[in-house]
Amino acid sequence: MTFDVAAIRKDFPVLHRLVNDKPLVYLDSANTSQKPQVVIDALANFMKHGYAPINRSAYQLAAEATDAFEATRSALATFINAPKANEVVFTKNATEALNLVIMSWGRANLKAGDAVLLTHMEHHANIVPWHMLVAERGIQLRWVPLTSDGQLDLTDLDSLLKDVKVFSFTSMSNVLGTINPVQRLCAAAHNAGAIAIVDACQSVPHQPTDVQAWGADFAVFSSHKMCGPSGVGVLWGRESLLEAMPPFLGGGNMIADVRLDGFTTAEVPAKFEAGTPAIAEIVALNSAVKYLTNLGMHNVRQHEIELSTYVLNTLNSRFGDDITIHGPTNPELRGATFSFAFRGIHPHDLSQVLDQTNVCVRAGHHCAKPLMRILGANATVRASFYLYNTTQEVDALADALDSASDIF
Amino acid sequence: MAGLEDLYREIILDHYRTPRNRGELEAPAVSAEGHNPLCGDEIRIFIDVKDGLVSDVRFNGSGCSISQSSASMMTTAVKGKPVDQVRAIVKRFKQMMTLDEDENSTIDESINLGDLEALQGVVKFPVRIKCATLGWNTLLDALAETGK
Repeated sequence: MTFDVAAIRKDFPVLHRLVNDKPLVYLDSANTSQKPQVVIDALANFMKHGYAPINRSAYQLAAEATDAFEATRSALATFINAPKANEVVFTKNATEALNLVIMSWGRANLKAGDAVLLTHMEHHANIVPWHMLVAERGIQLRWVPLTSDGQLDLTDLDSLLKDVKVFSFTSMSNVLGTINPVQRLCAAAHNAGAIAIVDACQSVPHQPTDVQAWGADFAVFSSHKMCGPSGVGVLWGRESLLEAMPPFLGGGNMIADVRLDGFTTAEVPAKFEAGTPAIAEIVALNSAVKYLTNLGMHNVRQHEIELSTYVLNTLNSRFGDDITIHGPTNPELRGATFSFAFRGIHPHDLSQVLDQTNVCVRAGHHCAKPLMRILGANATVRASFYLYNTTQEVDALADALDSASDIF
Repeated sequence: MAGLEDLYREIILDHYRTPRNRGELEAPAVSAEGHNPLCGDEIRIFIDVKDGLVSDVRFNGSGCSISQSSASMMTTAVKGKPVDQVRAIVKRFKQMMTLDEDENSTIDESINLGDLEALQGVVKFPVRIKCATLGWNTLLDALAETGK
């Protein structure tokens, strides 16, 4: 199947919206992705015809809702090649999924002086919970540094991993676009006796995912970046690890029994799913998984390599030394997420000017302040592309950048 | 839709390109630091208060044209003024930065904001209001330091 972007764009209603009589150029998908009609329909149809509580009522409507809910769990397991559907845990977002692992597994397994290895390109969600555990438990954090082109500098990886209990890292930087060698990093962690946690938020929507090939122990990602509704995060973990972990949040659904003097937990994944989840959103996420699967994640990845090649060629040839694009220069080593500095114009001012032609980019620190300090910036502009973006939109970005120079 | 000319007025760009009172002050001057956590802008305001007067004021940090020019214009507006009057100017400015017309009756409407009126256009770009007020809120923090 050829990847037909024009046909794909027809599936996304918002891309046809005119803002101030001009088309939208949505380049903020690393932040959150737009939704295809099939997901919108699935959400609306479930709300109209199928909405009911899950897991707790005997009537047919509730049984159907439970089936639809669990179907998404199975679909996600297939999508990431998880061995078992019950290894997929729903959370409210990927941040909560990381907090779940860090607080549940971490509290049960880490003591004062234990070392955790992170990298300099992590999102705050893979930093702050660890800092909280530093304060609570006295663990110590180590960091994998970066090369000048924004890749992990793995020169001293083995010595950094010495006596480390956890290696927690991103599969793809949300700032630099760098795609990390997840399989190699997981193997190195295991060789050192550590578990491997993968923050897969930026890669799962954009390329094939195989958690077994990775050899990971845990992986987290979010629905809203992969064409699904917001309000849903996903944690995948090895069944044996999940079973050994204490619960994270307590309440309804996560118990086997509750007495006046205590409680016992339900089996995984229910043990980690306290309270009513985002039922309709999770049901609709199944349609996003189907949509991506039908397109083919290899095709999505190939499209984004082609876009990345076009972005790098266009911006570098048009602006030369006036633009500094962070991250790898080889499109094979990166996703289509580009942070850059342009002609000394502050990122806020630049994004404001781009907005005049509906070019939607993010300006700021991208929830990665330690990385921003390493880059020597308070903020960058970030243009991030997805399966529905075109080379014409790259040109629109370049034209808009050119117009910014006239003001400042 | 508000045009960019409403936001990037010439006087604003002038203060951005050529900031006034940029720098630091030594003790006994006090300082406060302000952050815009959404965007990473940082600013530090130094003030020297003598005999109830803001005798000197400086700022440094990094940020967008709106945050930096607003801080620069602020320093020129408050330098040499009595602390009470400075507080009134801050109040008047912050009132201008809101769409709520009759929010507070204690505002001294007679205060002439002069060049600062150029920042009025920022109100049409709500996301940028925090940029414009960053230096001003930090000035209030610095004033609080003088009372300690």
